[in-house]
Amino acid sequence: MRDLSLEIADGETLVLLGSSGCGKTTTLKMINRLIEMTHGTIEVDGVSVTEQDPVRLRRGIGYVFQGIGLFPHMTVEENVSIVLRLEGRPSKERRERARELLTLVDLPAEHFAPRWPRELSGGQQQRVGVARALANDPAYLLMDEPFGALDALTRDSLQQEVLSLKERLRKTIVFVTHDIFEALTLADRIAVMHEGELEQIGTKEEILADPATDFVQGLFEKPAKQLTAFREHL
Amino acid sequence: MEEQALGAFLAQKAPELWAKTLEHLMLTGTSTGIAVLMGIPLGIWIKRCAPLRGPVLGATGIVQTIPSLALLAFLLPFLGIGVKPALVALTLYALLPIVRNTYTGLDGVSPQVIEAAQGVGFTRRQQLWLVEIPLAIPVIVAGIRTATVICVGIATLSAFIGAGGLGDFINRGLALNHTRLILLGAVPAAIMALVLDFVIGRIERLLAKG
Repeated sequence: MRDLSLEIADGETLVLLGSSGCGKTTTLKMINRLIEMTHGTIEVDGVSVTEQDPVRLRRGIGYVFQGIGLFPHMTVEENVSIVLRLEGRPSKERRERARELLTLVDLPAEHFAPRWPRELSGGQQQRVGVARALANDPAYLLMDEPFGALDALTRDSLQQEVLSLKERLRKTIVFVTHDIFEALTLADRIAVMHEGELEQIGTKEEILADPATDFVQGLFEKPAKQLTAFREHL
Repeated sequence: MEEQALGAFLAQKAPELWAKTLEHLMLTGTSTGIAVLMGIPLGIWIKRCAPLRGPVLGATGIVQTIPSLALLAFLLPFLGIGVKPALVALTLYALLPIVRNTYTGLDGVSPQVIEAAQGVGFTRRQQLWLVEIPLAIPVIVAGIRTATVICVGIATLSAFIGAGGLGDFINRGLALNHTRLILLGAVPAAIMALVLDFVIGRIERLLAKG
């Protein structure tokens, strides 16, 4: 990864878009120090992350994982409120917060709170993942291809959910995906990455109207071309 | 020797059988207990500290290859006769399955779950106690189960160095060429091994479900 420079405004959703292995997940993990960077700086709230205690830093940043990432030996309620438990908050507060969050992500608490993650569908599990990321009311959310493994319909409904959460909660979100439509649906701004470098960053209008490099142009043209090709074929 | 009726034989031996069974349980329980207290921390330690893994697993493995009677005899000059050398030997035998299963159990926790724990902001200690150990517990208990069964078997031999237990019957039976006495030690020991295996197996399955 080289020459990557980004600034993320409070309350915006920035989507890191690019093909597998382009460094978008690495970028995300460097923000909360799951991966340590070799050089350069990342600042959160104006303080370099390398100067912050990683545990404190991570508790202040919600993280939604690629794949599932729920704790299989904890109930849905325990999963959602785990950060509060780590912080030593009383169990009554944890229970109330878990219920509130489950309702927020459209999982009726009385039905889902006592269930085990393995009893839930992929989409439900990922809703729990989102609820867990919100538990400590962090100002920032990092989402690492959270909906990549879901079918198209479930993915769409979760994307709508994220949009509505964004409206209601005003979080700053960094969202990693390789799916162009997901990027266009969710982003305030899109950062297109390729082979560890930033190709272009801008609003979707800017990028669509004026792609900075051949790669960016190709990336957005391809689905349209494919669709045309299919139509002709039929 | 005139043959007593089986019922009368058992009735006559019942009090002694009871005492020897308790001794046997004490030997097994104490040594497995000590092995748990030593083996689980050792397993956690070698999970965290890769360079120690080979030597520790190697050393506990070598103990397993020493014939139990030889190990008991070997400890005699250092620890004398009686319960003490027996407990040391049994603990050494119980150590390997517990250390190895603790390590294997911790190693088997999915990297995804570990990353989730880190990403959410667990401290290392919280990660160990709230995620790694609970997920490894069924495998650790399986190790304790193996260790217990091994100890029940080897404890019959510790009668040879004066530690008591059901082996006393076997010992005396061999000396007197008295088959019933041998069986009076061997059968209850076998039953004890089966019962403990079953009970701990149940616990294991309960924990695996949880």
